[in-house]
Amino acid sequence: MSRRFTPKVVTANALLEGDAVWLAADDSWVRDMTRAELLEDEEHAKARLALATGQPGRVVGAYLADAKAGPDGPEPTHFREDFRTRGPSNYPLGKQAGEDAHV
Amino acid sequence: MYKYNDFDEAFVRERVAQFTEQVERRIDGSLTEDEFKPLRLMNGLYLQLHAYMLRVAIPYGTLNPDQMRQLAMIAERWDKGYGHFTTRQNIQFNWPQLTDVPAMLGALADVEMHCIQTSGNTIRNVTADHFAGAAKDEIADPRPVAELLRQWSTDHPEFQFLPRKFKIAVTGAEHDRAVIRAHDIGIQIVENDKGERGYRILIGGGLGRTPMIGKVVRDFLPEADLLPYCEAIVSVYNLLGRRDNKYKARIKITVHETGIDEIRAMIEDRFALLRPTFGGGDRQIFAEIQDAFAPPVFRDADEAPFVAARADDPVFRAWADTNLANHKRDDHAIVSISLKAHGATPGDATAAQMRAMADLAERYAYGELRISHEQNVILPHVARADLPAVHAGLKEAGLATANIGLISDIIACPGMDYCALATARSIPIAQEIATRFDELKLEHDIGQLKIKISGCINACGHHHVGHIGILGLDRAGVENYQITLGGDGTEDAAIGTRTGPGFSADDIVPAVERIVGAYLEHREGADEPFLQTYKRLGMAPFKAALYPEAQEKANAA
Ligand code: SF4
Repeated sequence: MSRRFTPKVVTANALLEGDAVWLAADDSWVRDMTRAELLEDEEHAKARLALATGQPGRVVGAYLADAKAGPDGPEPTHFREDFRTRGPSNYPLGKQAGEDAHV
Repeated sequence: MYKYNDFDEAFVRERVAQFTEQVERRIDGSLTEDEFKPLRLMNGLYLQLHAYMLRVAIPYGTLNPDQMRQLAMIAERWDKGYGHFTTRQNIQFNWPQLTDVPAMLGALADVEMHCIQTSGNTIRNVTADHFAGAAKDEIADPRPVAELLRQWSTDHPEFQFLPRKFKIAVTGAEHDRAVIRAHDIGIQIVENDKGERGYRILIGGGLGRTPMIGKVVRDFLPEADLLPYCEAIVSVYNLLGRRDNKYKARIKITVHETGIDEIRAMIEDRFALLRPTFGGGDRQIFAEIQDAFAPPVFRDADEAPFVAARADDPVFRAWADTNLANHKRDDHAIVSISLKAHGATPGDATAAQMRAMADLAERYAYGELRISHEQNVILPHVARADLPAVHAGLKEAGLATANIGLISDIIACPGMDYCALATARSIPIAQEIATRFDELKLEHDIGQLKIKISGCINACGHHHVGHIGILGLDRAGVENYQITLGGDGTEDAAIGTRTGPGFSADDIVPAVERIVGAYLEHREGADEPFLQTYKRLGMAPFKAALYPEAQEKANAA
């Protein structure tokens, strides 16, 4: 029995800044997960990951992370991915500080 | 303190220049990430959960005030204004941008610091007793030994690609403050019956997935044989160590699988071959290093101001009774500066705090600072007369928390707030425990109790040797915390025993409270510390307190 494919997003760390980024439908990398492309088809997900892995000049360590559809866009399902959308819990630093820029 | 010679200086500068080019080549696309990763790791640059992380070596935890100020400058200029002191006596910056790292390395080189061999399968930063050179119970300062090992192991051509990372710790005292029994090689300076100085050598200690206590491989190694013997150990391990399985690659597994007697014989054989090749140059270097670690010229000072302040000021008294340790001179003391203000992140210091500590060290501590593996900062030599002034200075900088060795003096690894390998967070758990026991106003009554927290099985937070150890895990997508009791990182080293099922993030603090409650109920007076009560009674009363439902079920059955 093959496992059913669950929705994913492509995510990675930006090469220069090192922070978490997600692949959007228009091939850009975004710093806000809700703007990422939610991948519901396995073959399509593989193709998107291949695209990401082929961009070593922009991102590092691309992988597929579980996600679900939310009112504003994709949301994380695992706490690790949730932390990546925000930053550390001991200081208001990282994404939760509202620092934003393009990759 | 040891000063770089021309060779050290040239070597570090060359590495900065090389890495600067490597970063350029990574950014312009001539290096792939696969090619670049080992290069950045050789220079202590990790890619973590939210950003890059730069790990700076602080050899044997010793810093001078200028170095501390430079760390403050780096934190402000290229990071977010703070640094994290680690359980390996290093400091980590959590937010550098890739393009800034070469400049950061250059700034470190300006004060004789670097990030070399803070990562990778090499011999890592050699650690030492943080009271080195000051402790009353010490035979000799372990830092010259650590410095000799640093010079020998840095860029050692044979040992750049070991089966796995390799950690060495040195202590000069019988009471082990350097956790040498949890290191790949642990070295204790000893004296034999004839009064000759030498070393007791242990190998195969380590925490992580398979925690093991180091075993004695040589009870007395003459002083002159240190480097050839260590070279023999590492080269036997280099051949024998398993490269097929990352989880079985540390020397603790090699020792376990080979047997201590057999591996001892192999080391002795190798040593016999190597010994003659060390022509004595190492001895001469050691003598020079020892001169560099000559103690400061201590001033004679009447301790009257200390006695008066202790009598008059209860806040000073609480701090003095908790944060001072005996110095080899009666008119001096060792000051532990707690980086564990209740509710703060264990081991973090702001740039302003770093500067405050540097200034105090310069003014009152003969210009010496140490980082402890327990993530605190030490002023190793302070005249007792100056303690009230030091305390006042620390108070001003928010560094006068009186909790050394108490329940809120928690070791916590970065966990899932920063670390890419983590399975759960550790920092918030430490913050909540400290805050809770501060509210209860119980910690001075509870007394000596070491809590150590790791955010994954790699055990950077030393949870196995915590009196109460906490390990954060991912159980079906939820953070879950496993408790061990009875661990000990000293000369009586022991690995803690699991209590049973783990606890959720919400339940872990109440669980710790129940353990402490059981201790307070069962201890034979306030003189019996937690660990002793645990050793006397075993797990049962703590288990009963932790899992009352199981107890009820058992009673009903
Ligand atoms: S113990 Fe695990 S989570 Fe903690 S710092 Fe080490 S690798 Fe990271």
